[in-house]
Amino acid sequence: MNIHEYQAKQIFAKYNVPVPKGKVAFSVEEAVENAKELGGKIWVVKAQIHAGGRGLGGGVKLAKSIDEVRELATEILGMTLVTHQTGPEGKLVQKIYIEEGADIADELYLGVVLDRAKEMPVIMASTEGGMDIEKVASETPEKIIKVAVDPTIGFQGFHGRKLAFGLGLPKEQVGKFIKFAAALYRVYMENDASLIEINPLVKTGAGDFIALDGKMGFDDSALGRHPDIEAMRDISEEDPAEREAGEFGLSYVKLDGNVGCMVNGAGLAMGTMDTINYVGGTPANFLDVGGTASAETVAKGFEIILRDPNVKSIFVNIFGGIVRCDRIANGILEATKLVDVHVPVVVRLDGTNAPEAAQILKNANIENVITATDLGDGAKKAVAAAKGE
Amino acid sequence: MSILVDKDTKVIVQGFTGKEGTFHAGQCIDYGTQIVGGVTPNKGGQVHLGKPVFNTVGEAVKATGATVSMIFVPPAFVGDAVMEAADAGIELAVIITEGAPVRDMMMAKSYAVKSGMKTIGPNCPGVITAEECKIGIMPGMVFKKGNVGLISKSGTLTYEGANQVCNVGYGITTAVGIGGDPIIGLSYIQLLTMFEADPQTEAIVMIGEIGGDLEIQAAEFIKNNVSKPVVAFIAGQTAPKGKRMGHAGAIISGSAGTAAEKMAALEAAGVAVVKSPAEIGKKVKEVLSK
Repeated sequence: MNIHEYQAKQIFAKYNVPVPKGKVAFSVEEAVENAKELGGKIWVVKAQIHAGGRGLGGGVKLAKSIDEVRELATEILGMTLVTHQTGPEGKLVQKIYIEEGADIADELYLGVVLDRAKEMPVIMASTEGGMDIEKVASETPEKIIKVAVDPTIGFQGFHGRKLAFGLGLPKEQVGKFIKFAAALYRVYMENDASLIEINPLVKTGAGDFIALDGKMGFDDSALGRHPDIEAMRDISEEDPAEREAGEFGLSYVKLDGNVGCMVNGAGLAMGTMDTINYVGGTPANFLDVGGTASAETVAKGFEIILRDPNVKSIFVNIFGGIVRCDRIANGILEATKLVDVHVPVVVRLDGTNAPEAAQILKNANIENVITATDLGDGAKKAVAAAKGE
Repeated sequence: MSILVDKDTKVIVQGFTGKEGTFHAGQCIDYGTQIVGGVTPNKGGQVHLGKPVFNTVGEAVKATGATVSMIFVPPAFVGDAVMEAADAGIELAVIITEGAPVRDMMMAKSYAVKSGMKTIGPNCPGVITAEECKIGIMPGMVFKKGNVGLISKSGTLTYEGANQVCNVGYGITTAVGIGGDPIIGLSYIQLLTMFEADPQTEAIVMIGEIGGDLEIQAAEFIKNNVSKPVVAFIAGQTAPKGKRMGHAGAIISGSAGTAAEKMAALEAAGVAVVKSPAEIGKKVKEVLSK
């Protein structure tokens, strides 16, 4: 799960990670009120969406008067912001963050993420703040300092020194930076984060460090023990079809092709998409029905797949392990009664009780349902059906 | 021969009396696995599925001599369960539980390594030595005895791969579902080493997925250390780039973890890479009849 910048900064503040003062607004009036309350002479108006690159997309702007705050809030609220992370369709801005202006002397980058190979969190720091960090990593990797922290010993002084001296900070700033990094490590561990990025981390004229931006992602498996974070979920940022599928225990991602897929298990689901592609077709979606494909979940799967007008055929590919294929065959029959399945459905059921399942489908003799003997055969038949062959 | 487990392996089940534990332990017993008991705190002294229940793993190990634990404990408590197994001297923990918090597994794995306990999973189908010992949730009838070792990140692709190997007339020595979570136990390199040393295994099927760089590391290892033929499939060639918040993970591994990258690395290491899982059986037959 991901959260907004303003929410990440609320968490940072709890751990004494310095952040600028700011308040979230859902309307232009609220934005103006917030700016007045914050005081000062400069404000930053920032679009709150779950994607990076907001500044370049025109979603972060500086206001030098209250009138300008009003103007910018009117402009940004309700705009569709397109960045390199939103895709071409962009994202609707429904909330903005009004923040006090910062005195920027230098911009750094600081992030914490899991290093899967080392099996521990790694803190990344760079002098190239404010830049696209992926670009820095590919063009000048030596400018990113990585320090892995063994969670069984936690963040130690030496970790901080490796980072601070690695960045070439002057000695009066080393202590401050170590404190900052230590606090951020605590934020990561204690909240079961999967990612934290601060870009830029600003060094002020007075030599203090402030998190000017904040991005956080969380380990979904650990949300159960963080009700406060779970409460930060913004469902308007999630794809409605994916969310609806999730409520039924299905995992769905829409793609651009015309062969719909319904498969058990994420690996086999991807493998099925790859096979459709291999035999000359294009998959319309990824859909994992999970371990227990009931009539209800199969029906829901059909419903979601068929909402996509591009879908010309559906390939149901189930390798029944513990789930018995005869039950799934009955589920498919039930589902075709619940949902109007108006495209050809190719069904491949293998594993436990596969012969019984084949018999059930054969006896039902439903127009539109084509049986397949194996994965390759099913993919070929589904692609042919999509082409109207 | 086989790797990791065989007909003599003594297994206990943590989370024995729960719904999942009960169902799958029963299936394992039917398969012929030596399930010698189970652990559920506060239910010690009971008999479940005809086997003794213990309050702690320590008691279970002492009473039964078990060396392997199959773990079905719910996600919030699974880290604790793995560490308890390590503390009790279990040699291999097979963690079936799906949805384990990453932080808990990070701690548990670290302690397991320190204690000398191997782990498989979490979020995996388990391990099976065909027609001898099934420790996990896979459909046993798919795995016929033979000479092909199988390693897979994905559960259902493990079944698909094994099924194809058997359908072309070969069979499986041992199949291991390593799981696709961020933190996993035994991985390709350790298992490739074991299969390379196992006299009965004549070929190895390796099934990977997009994300991370375990398959790239495996490719490098195969080039220098594996003499047996390896057939590989990487799922996710057609998967869209995830809508992620930044790509800091990819920066760490030094690669984006795409299927194309992994397939190229494996091919360069002399592995027979197939573009569709439907080609696994055919390719295994091809490399074994050379």
